[in-house]
Amino acid sequence: MRRHAGYLVFAVVVMTIPAYLGDAYYLSLLAFMATRFMMAMGLSLLLGQAGQISLGQAAFVGIGAYSSAILTTRLAVDPWLAMLVGAVIAALLAGLVGIPTLKLRGYYLAMATLGINEIVHILLMQLKGLTNGTDGISGIPSLRLGGLDLGGPKAYHLVAWGLALVMLRFSLNLAQSRVGRSLRALRRSEPAAESLGIDTARRKVQVFMLAAVFASVAGSLDAYYIHYVSPESYTITFSIILITGVILGGLGTIWGALWGTLAIVILPELLKRVNEDITNLVFGVLLIVIMLLQREEGGSVLESVKARLHERLSRRASSDSGGE
Amino acid sequence: MTFDQFLQYIFSGITSGSVYALTAIGFTLIFSATHIINFSQGQMVMLGGLGAVALHRAGLPLWACFLGAVAAVTLLSTGLERAAIRPLLRKGVLAQIIATVGAAFVLETAAMVAWGREALSLPAFSGETPLVVGKATIIPQTLWVLGLTIVIVVVLQVFYRRSLFGTAIRACAVNPTAARLQGISYQKVVLFSFALSGAVSAAAGVMITPISFMSYSSGALLGLKGFAAATLGGLGNPLGAVAGGYILGIVEALGIGVVSAGYKDAIAFVILLLVLFLRPAGLLGARVVNRH
Repeated sequence: MRRHAGYLVFAVVVMTIPAYLGDAYYLSLLAFMATRFMMAMGLSLLLGQAGQISLGQAAFVGIGAYSSAILTTRLAVDPWLAMLVGAVIAALLAGLVGIPTLKLRGYYLAMATLGINEIVHILLMQLKGLTNGTDGISGIPSLRLGGLDLGGPKAYHLVAWGLALVMLRFSLNLAQSRVGRSLRALRRSEPAAESLGIDTARRKVQVFMLAAVFASVAGSLDAYYIHYVSPESYTITFSIILITGVILGGLGTIWGALWGTLAIVILPELLKRVNEDITNLVFGVLLIVIMLLQREEGGSVLESVKARLHERLSRRASSDSGGE
Repeated sequence: MTFDQFLQYIFSGITSGSVYALTAIGFTLIFSATHIINFSQGQMVMLGGLGAVALHRAGLPLWACFLGAVAAVTLLSTGLERAAIRPLLRKGVLAQIIATVGAAFVLETAAMVAWGREALSLPAFSGETPLVVGKATIIPQTLWVLGLTIVIVVVLQVFYRRSLFGTAIRACAVNPTAARLQGISYQKVVLFSFALSGAVSAAAGVMITPISFMSYSSGALLGLKGFAAATLGGLGNPLGAVAGGYILGIVEALGIGVVSAGYKDAIAFVILLLVLFLRPAGLLGARVVNRH
């Protein structure tokens, strides 16, 4: 029961926010965080649990968003069904890319996802008949439930965070299950995991597909809330910002994705006051610095720094003459 | 497609193929020494081009722009090695990927701040008057690109095969521990590999800027294509990198003729995926693929 306490408190707090917060701006910001959290959770599972890195999460967000946009505006498909179709397409594409690359060393998936992101971006720009090119697609309807319009900030908040909480529960369960344990085992040592009978490549492909589904659903939700999609939202730059968030938040647990989401929503707002252009510069430097400070792959930065300080202090205390 | 059109596409394929080949060599040089894939490789190419543009604006002659940009990027690449790579040599693949991605992000943003968002160009090395071959035309810069690429590849091969230091580098690629036991300084080899990789990439960037322009964001795609070329040829094999680069360049150019220019950049990636599906070791690759 205790291990569910954190989740329950968080769920109650998040879901009751609309009861006392009426401001549309802050509610939109929070809803925006819900979808970023979904994208980050997928990456966090992939990175933290399976030790694989995707630099193309934005591509899957774009697939969800455009599937929803095209199906609802052109074919009048039900928004929920369109969201599901987007998720299936994202999962299939992830499988297609994951199967050949996840058998190989980490940089193949990284490079391939970078390529996927580039291609999806090119297709969104070039398939003008389908996507309207750079003009994007407007007039995307809101989500509905029965006769209820879920487009208002309060209703949307409940939908977005409701789905995010379902994904969080699922991810937490996954991390604690047999699957999660085998994933962490393969992150530590793949040959060892394999010798224990874990089908490492298959597990990694499954997690990669799951990350793509999370991203796709998040993209669909964004599209239904903003009622507009355009290609420039789904660039490699955005993918790398998401990765930065996940790494900043820490890879030890899925909760790290939440801190990471906070970081990528709040940091740019703060940096904008100094100079908008430097945001990505700061993110890039953070990525390098975190990697340099990190001791154990996937370990949290704070812990590494603490361990380092502790080591230095104890070394100083034990040596009389101060030398190393 | 008439024969003359075909010839025209081949010429343009050879030009971009040269750049992919040199970028692929840039990847290969670092990969052989460290087994690191440098995700900021494409940004080195971009900085070579933009660096030369900056020097040209300052009024330097073109040859000085070329040398100056190559020298600057070489320094930058060694700086990157000292600051971000050396401490990560013993850490896992993931940390190395993330750190070099971070470096790419930093370089790209810095270039945007320094040069703005527009694509910039350089004058061609020797005039713009096209040469006529049959009914196809070839611009003199294409010959410069091809010629300089051949020179760079040959010099590198001779250096790697004949010189003592080149042999030491190859020894490190085969087995770093055994090489170290022979008294080879592994750190020096790594540093030098980064320097050389930066120089080759920058040279590619300067050569191509008069033809296809360069902007702060060109690096990502160039890097991706260089990697696709290196993988196609067999990661870690310098001759494979050259072959992969030219095959990619020519297929891409013919693809523009057959499909449409808008989809040009997707071709490299489709090739990359096909190689990974069918033959991860690449065309001239080693016997063993780097699984985990």
